[in-house]
Amino acid sequence: MSREDYEVVIGLEVHSELSTKTKIFCSCPTEFGGEPNSHCCPICMAMPGALPVLNKKVVEYAIKAGLATNCKIANISKNDRKNYFYPDLPKSYQISQYDIPLCTDGYVEIETENGTKRIGLTRIHIEEDAGKLNHDEYSRGSLVDLNRAGVPLIEIVSEPDLRSAEEADIYLKKLKSILEYIEVSDCKMQEGSLRADVNVSVRKKGTKEFGTRTEMKNMNSFRSITRAIEYEAERQIEVLEQGGKIEQETLRWDEVSGKTFSMRDKEDAQDYRYFPDPDLAIIKISDEMIEKIKSELPEMPENRRERYIKEFNLPEYDSNILTSSKYISDLFENAVKICNNPKAVSNWIMTDITRILNEKEQEPNEIPFSAEQLGELVILIDKGTISSAIAKKVLEELFENPRNPEEIIKEKGWIQISDEGAIKEVVLKILEANPQSIVDFKAGKDRALGFLVGQAMKETKGKANPQMLNKMFLEELNK
Amino acid sequence: MELYELTVHELMDKLDRKEITSEEIIKSYSKRIEEKEKDIQAFVTTTIDTAMEKAKNINRENSKLAGIPIGIKDNICTKGVKTTCSSKMLENFIAPYNATVIEKIENEGLISLGKLNMDEFAMGASTEYSAFKTTKNPWNLQTVPGGSSGGSAAAVAANLVPWALGSDTGGSIRQPAALCGVVGLKPTYGMVSRYGLVAFASSLDQIGPITKDVEDAAILLNAISGHDEKDSTSVNLPKKDYTQNLVKDVSKLKIGVPKEFFGEGINEEVKTSVEKAIEQYRKLGATVEECSLNIANEALAVYYIIACAEASSNLGRFDGIRYGYRTKNFNNLKDIYKNSRSEGFGAEVKRRIILGTYVLSSGYYDAYYKKAQKVRTVIKQEFEKLFEKYDVLITPTSPTVAYEIGTKSNNPLEMYLADLCTVSVNIAGLPGISIPCGVDSQGMPIGLQLIGKPFGEETIIQAAYTYEQEIKFREKYKPEFKM
Amino acid sequence: MQVEKEEILHIANLACLNIKDEEIEEYRKNLQDILNWVDIVNRVDTSNINETICSTNNINIFRKDEIEEFQDKELLLQNAPEKQNNMFNIPKVIQ
Repeated sequence: MSREDYEVVIGLEVHSELSTKTKIFCSCPTEFGGEPNSHCCPICMAMPGALPVLNKKVVEYAIKAGLATNCKIANISKNDRKNYFYPDLPKSYQISQYDIPLCTDGYVEIETENGTKRIGLTRIHIEEDAGKLNHDEYSRGSLVDLNRAGVPLIEIVSEPDLRSAEEADIYLKKLKSILEYIEVSDCKMQEGSLRADVNVSVRKKGTKEFGTRTEMKNMNSFRSITRAIEYEAERQIEVLEQGGKIEQETLRWDEVSGKTFSMRDKEDAQDYRYFPDPDLAIIKISDEMIEKIKSELPEMPENRRERYIKEFNLPEYDSNILTSSKYISDLFENAVKICNNPKAVSNWIMTDITRILNEKEQEPNEIPFSAEQLGELVILIDKGTISSAIAKKVLEELFENPRNPEEIIKEKGWIQISDEGAIKEVVLKILEANPQSIVDFKAGKDRALGFLVGQAMKETKGKANPQMLNKMFLEELNK
Repeated sequence: MELYELTVHELMDKLDRKEITSEEIIKSYSKRIEEKEKDIQAFVTTTIDTAMEKAKNINRENSKLAGIPIGIKDNICTKGVKTTCSSKMLENFIAPYNATVIEKIENEGLISLGKLNMDEFAMGASTEYSAFKTTKNPWNLQTVPGGSSGGSAAAVAANLVPWALGSDTGGSIRQPAALCGVVGLKPTYGMVSRYGLVAFASSLDQIGPITKDVEDAAILLNAISGHDEKDSTSVNLPKKDYTQNLVKDVSKLKIGVPKEFFGEGINEEVKTSVEKAIEQYRKLGATVEECSLNIANEALAVYYIIACAEASSNLGRFDGIRYGYRTKNFNNLKDIYKNSRSEGFGAEVKRRIILGTYVLSSGYYDAYYKKAQKVRTVIKQEFEKLFEKYDVLITPTSPTVAYEIGTKSNNPLEMYLADLCTVSVNIAGLPGISIPCGVDSQGMPIGLQLIGKPFGEETIIQAAYTYEQEIKFREKYKPEFKM
Repeated sequence: MQVEKEEILHIANLACLNIKDEEIEEYRKNLQDILNWVDIVNRVDTSNINETICSTNNINIFRKDEIEEFQDKELLLQNAPEKQNNMFNIPKVIQ
């Protein structure tokens, strides 16, 4: 048997921090960072006698996520306690949802090589995040910081519908984009506000039963998830091929070695003893509430994509990329509003902006300049005030120290030379210095023109209007 | 007559008439505590010095209660003063905030004399499970004061405080009140905020007054009840004035007497005394009928399953990390957890955590916890049926009078049966009040319990008041501090 | 339900409690007695009965999403058995 005879089955449990102002059960800020234990109170620190009160926004956001992913919304729901001891869990139980989550039976559609594929969602429920353990090299212990304890999360559990690391990657990116669109989570992976538990199993193609799965917890980068799935699938196939058995267990993915490791701890067979939290009231969701949230849902990526194709005449590929991130899509639309040149804005985003983001390893929402500034930049090119070569430099500048592009070019002296007299002066100077090129041109070597224009651009530090240069060189050469 | 012998409403009258000052009251109690605390052992912490300071600066313009002292069960969080739950686990714990009831009584100008002893984490019915001291019953120092609010009841009975706050999960206000010959009121679940009450069993716990008479109970209930946004189980109802129900009239009252609480296991003298009281009600014009609550025994079982399950989870936070006892004997994190908890909790607390963990654990959840929550619904329905016919139910509060210290604590099951008459009230979330109705042949007080409909505090207060005015227990009997 | 010795140890482990060898039998017997006794709940017919979930009829008790910072933050760590840099110190946790 070979690799090709096996099928990989993947299910994801995605945890996403909700972008509410306050924690799920107390009024402390959810803001990332801050001095240790500064965003805390008796409730999120689990002081004796303190009681939780549910943040309404959390329920609304979860329902919003459910509606955006085609889920059924429960009429009655409740909070349950999940009991286990860990130092980042101050109450020694996590308030989560067990048997009646807010949302069930949804799906997300992803675009794969073989067309659109529907990935089922088992459920979406609300729960509280845990605190953080800091491991100081110099101290002999670990330090508990509870700023993050009680930050609201939704857990989105998929069906085991994914069949490759690539599909898992597309699904995750899609989910991230949806959550950003509906503005319930900022999905900052580097701050851990989007994390996934990955379940992987393999089975021979054609079999109905699932293989035994292993779980990798708390993965927070697309790249590690893809790598981990690929590694783990290979490992499982290897084990099976050797006649071995897969053990159901939790594994740890090690980014450096690119391997998974068993976290076997047999003594601690978990039993979470879920039961309804007697400190909290029943949640009843009325049809009116659902309708109200539905009416507030923004335009989703599919709809935007269609509109870009129709309204702006953009290719499907471009529309796909532009709408894959709400931040990018909003940037695009708002810039177009300013400059009214969708194709140009699209090009800037798809090429230079994407390239710079990649170089800087930044997320789109870290783009420092505004849509207005991008729109202004396109206007300056369209008006001929700057060349696209200069525009690239302006863009770099926008990433470094964002301000009005017009200001940048003035300050840097990058205004394009479009004055006929000035251009002519340069053309004559370059021709005089390059007699060989004139000879080459006359001999039919078109490359010579390109060379001369290049020299002229160099002379003017890229500020000469390239169309005018072209035109004037031709005039002179054909004289 | 000494000031400490007066009820709170009597003290309020004297303060109003400017016959006495708050300082004089505190001094009187200070003297009394000095004399009698060594016999009773009711306090875990006394705050007499700060009480004197507060009394000096008291302003009586905004509240009629300003300047009146009070005692607080040591499981209610008080900012700046230790809250120990009578446990080694919290021996040095100082809460960073006040419970809502503490905010309320402080706003009224009430002055705390200190924190009162209890069974560790309110688990027990004799106060013998305090990690610090055994509180004595003022009627006979050889006997227990009941529990878990034994410190509160004994302190009120011994005039160490004029009144006190207790908490009641399965009878912990009413039973010690009965055993100490005072009044104990457990309000309807949701009437008094639980915010800041160290949780034993969240769905059953309720704070309430322990007082010298029914009038004081009504006054203190007025002060502590009311909606609290910090407690999701707090009920939002219009505020009532329960002193309006201090009316001597039961002529329209329909009383049900559930026969299950007068059978096996109920002491004969207790039975006779409560039956006499019921007869008295009949004479006062109430309609009395025998009825049946045929799930009384099951209620006790349901209580232990649910209370212990919730406790096993509620007490998880005592892990030796953020506050409370931390073992000195550890090499790793697991040691901190296990050793801190094993050394910090007493035997009864551990027994209940084990039971609670067991009934929630995989494979047993449906058979015990889920089943118990279903039976709980049945119990509620049974009460609803009874309350279609009756305004109040009367039972003994405790199957026995106060027993000798050390005689029961070795048999947990026997001790659990002491809660027989009180727990179903918590299971159904109802209000209940215990008032003294007589003494047995040894001179030990006997309590009767009146159970009301949900939010039927007005009815049980009026019924209790009418009987109290009739028999005048306080005038006839006084604790003797028998050695 | 028969309680086994191993079960007591498993339950104690879940509850993070130590039970000494000589205590196991006492805990086991104790739990067994109580379980035998609470078994009377099974005498009650609960077909078609829903379990009680909330003690009150309260539904949708929500808080507004408005920040209100706790005023006495310095008191939050005053009871810490061991602290460092305003954090709770614990033995090293290997993740």
